[in-house]
Amino acid sequence: MPITVLLPALSPTMTDGKIARWLVKEGDVVTSGTVLAEVETDKATMEIECVDDGVLGKILVQAGDTAVPVNTPIALILEEGEDASALDATPNAPVASPAPLEPADEPVSAAVIAPLPVSSAAVAVGALDSNNPLDITRTAFVSSDPVTEPEAPFAKVTHMTVREALRDAMAEEMRRDKDVFLMGEEVAQYNGAYKVSQGLLDEFGAARVIDTPITEMGFTGLGVGAAMSGLKPIIEFMTFNFSMQAIDHIINSAAKTLYMSGGQLGTPIVFRGPNGSAARVGAQHSQCYASWYAHCPGLKVVSPYSAADAKGLLKAAIRDPNPVVFLENELLYGQSFDVPDDPDYIVPLGRAAIRRAGSHVTLTAFSRMVGVALAAAEELAKDGIEAEVIDLRTLRPLDLPTIVHSVKKTNHIVSIEEGWPYAGIGSEILALISEYAFDWLDAPPLRVTGKDIPLPYAVNLEKMSLPDVADIVTVVKTVCAR
Amino acid sequence: MSASPRKTTRRSSAQPVVVPPEKLLQQYRMMLLIRRFEEKAGQLYGMGLIGGFCHLYIGQEAVVTGLQALGQANDAVITSYRDHGHMLACGMDPKGVMAELTGRATGYSRGKGGSMHMFSREKNFFGGHGIVAAQVPIGTGLAFAQKYRAEDAITFCYLGDGAVNQGQVYESFNMAALWGLPVVYVIENNKYGMGTSVERASSNVELFRRGQAYGIPGMQIDGMDVVHVQQQASAIIADVRAGKGPCVLEMQTYRYRGHSMSDPAKYRSKEEVSRMRQEHDPIDHAKTLLLATGIVDEAGLKDIDREIKAIVGEAADFAQSSAEPDAAELFTDVLLEA
Repeated sequence: MPITVLLPALSPTMTDGKIARWLVKEGDVVTSGTVLAEVETDKATMEIECVDDGVLGKILVQAGDTAVPVNTPIALILEEGEDASALDATPNAPVASPAPLEPADEPVSAAVIAPLPVSSAAVAVGALDSNNPLDITRTAFVSSDPVTEPEAPFAKVTHMTVREALRDAMAEEMRRDKDVFLMGEEVAQYNGAYKVSQGLLDEFGAARVIDTPITEMGFTGLGVGAAMSGLKPIIEFMTFNFSMQAIDHIINSAAKTLYMSGGQLGTPIVFRGPNGSAARVGAQHSQCYASWYAHCPGLKVVSPYSAADAKGLLKAAIRDPNPVVFLENELLYGQSFDVPDDPDYIVPLGRAAIRRAGSHVTLTAFSRMVGVALAAAEELAKDGIEAEVIDLRTLRPLDLPTIVHSVKKTNHIVSIEEGWPYAGIGSEILALISEYAFDWLDAPPLRVTGKDIPLPYAVNLEKMSLPDVADIVTVVKTVCAR
Repeated sequence: MSASPRKTTRRSSAQPVVVPPEKLLQQYRMMLLIRRFEEKAGQLYGMGLIGGFCHLYIGQEAVVTGLQALGQANDAVITSYRDHGHMLACGMDPKGVMAELTGRATGYSRGKGGSMHMFSREKNFFGGHGIVAAQVPIGTGLAFAQKYRAEDAITFCYLGDGAVNQGQVYESFNMAALWGLPVVYVIENNKYGMGTSVERASSNVELFRRGQAYGIPGMQIDGMDVVHVQQQASAIIADVRAGKGPCVLEMQTYRYRGHSMSDPAKYRSKEEVSRMRQEHDPIDHAKTLLLATGIVDEAGLKDIDREIKAIVGEAADFAQSSAEPDAAELFTDVLLEA
């Protein structure tokens, strides 16, 4: 039976076309690749090629015909051994009966754009429903674990700096698993630009503690490739400001590949280094990337405050089979905390910690701002306001159940971060609280954030740009109507 | 096209391989499979069954077919978004590839990746990458892992002439040379990065020299001749396998179709395209060589043609009859369980 040639869609949006001219005539021998005709689409004039061998038996749509729908039979090709009599037997219907072309733009489902028609109380935290269009938290950006219980006091501890805790975490995991290696600028011979990798080259050698050239995009992509083949790289950014050079690999290559491969290809990799402002280093070296990375499905994002968490969370991040962005803080590296001596001490990702219990207002913070929030809580206590301070620890997945549980008790919330306000972590927390605990709020939730400017250099301006105890006290008193 | 190799370094005394007729016949079948598969993909695209971006490999078949003939089963392969040919040459199932193109549950990425994003751990094919040149540092990382684990394997990292002007290519070249990584960078120079000719994009069009600043040997090879590909690349690849570090191969090739399905290709003349097809077609050339050896005759080639057509037809049927992914798949594969 002759082969039917259909008018093809020549662009993703083409629904019909015009045959501008035929370049072959009936009776011509055609082979795969022969240009049959020129077709005017919605965008351009394109050639259509034959994909079969034979003789052009019949032209069904003449040149000049306009608005010919895609998939209309336009010609018949006689295969080897067939003669013109076969043409009569051919119905003018496509042989392959192709599916009709879907319109390019599907109408937006009304449920998606309609306002939430029910009370926020209808969406219960802890019972996230992936099929409920009202529940926007339907992948994994919030934790579905139960409310985090307070940790028991550590049995035996060593007082150490965050810097030492991070180093110990890497050393212990490298001893445990030979697939774990550390790569970055100055991590080996220099012992780390901020001395976080002190001593690791001596213990593990140059094959596992690897100084790279200054080449963030290159070594980040290289690390992602190594992770795709099963190694467990720790990629150190001298600071996260330089991760912008490499962000394509963190998001497009690391975060998305598991999904795009239908679950075949995971990327067990940790991207770590100092994040946020340091001291007097100016705008290009003083940015918080928390909301940048927390925005993206396929990543986990961690930002510890204490040394115990730095160690326990980094160990968890290294063991995690997913890409983890681990945001440290240069100003915390030298601060000391009690760290449990247990080498198996792991802090699971996705769990916040209540650093201070209180009944009047919930403060959420992460990284260095936890310390500022705790100091502010002490000031507030002098005025009779007992603040509950939640150290978020992991920003994606966010421990929403713990925050909601606290807000249902305190009825007030203030989010604190040093990053910019617009589309920040605080924006997200306030939105989630509006969705999940609106009916429990006694006052509008508010944010304390860094100012919406590139961070200035001058000491006075820099100080004005970042949240401090006084800022938090002022905002909390506003929320609590004091 | 020049048949004599142009090199930046001659450092190997290894003898070029001889391609026996049986091998050439296998390679002919592979090239024909890629050609017919891509033609069918173009047809299904025209019928609205394949959507979005779809970059066909027609014309370039000898490159990946010839180089795969020099590979081992445990070598890693990675490429850009013009990836269907590489997947077939790696031994991936045409049905699974075509079903991914139509976005079905039986596709290699269960319908979640599409034309540009397919992978096979089993066949050591690591994608399928949609960002121009992103596969180059990733491929360098695959080679890093091979060296880290002291594996007897190398990485074939393919990139186009458009990708060679991305900075990350040179970041990768530097580290690969610095650390002696076992990676073959294959620049498939098909003359146009989308609609921009190499001459309009590159200050120096001798792309095989692009590794020179890093001490990486380079070679320009006629990528329209599957036998030449093997003969000319075998020694330099043997050096990579022997631990001498990376190399750059510039494969002179040509794509017959537009950059993607919606490209009218007005940036080049019809004469240029038809001259390449008539005078340099890799499949016609292999056919001539095969007939001269006597291992197969015209009737035998017709049989092969029919066989390949059946394989591709079966893949197309499979791709159209398979179910779409289940709605429950929407939220799976975002993260692995810790």
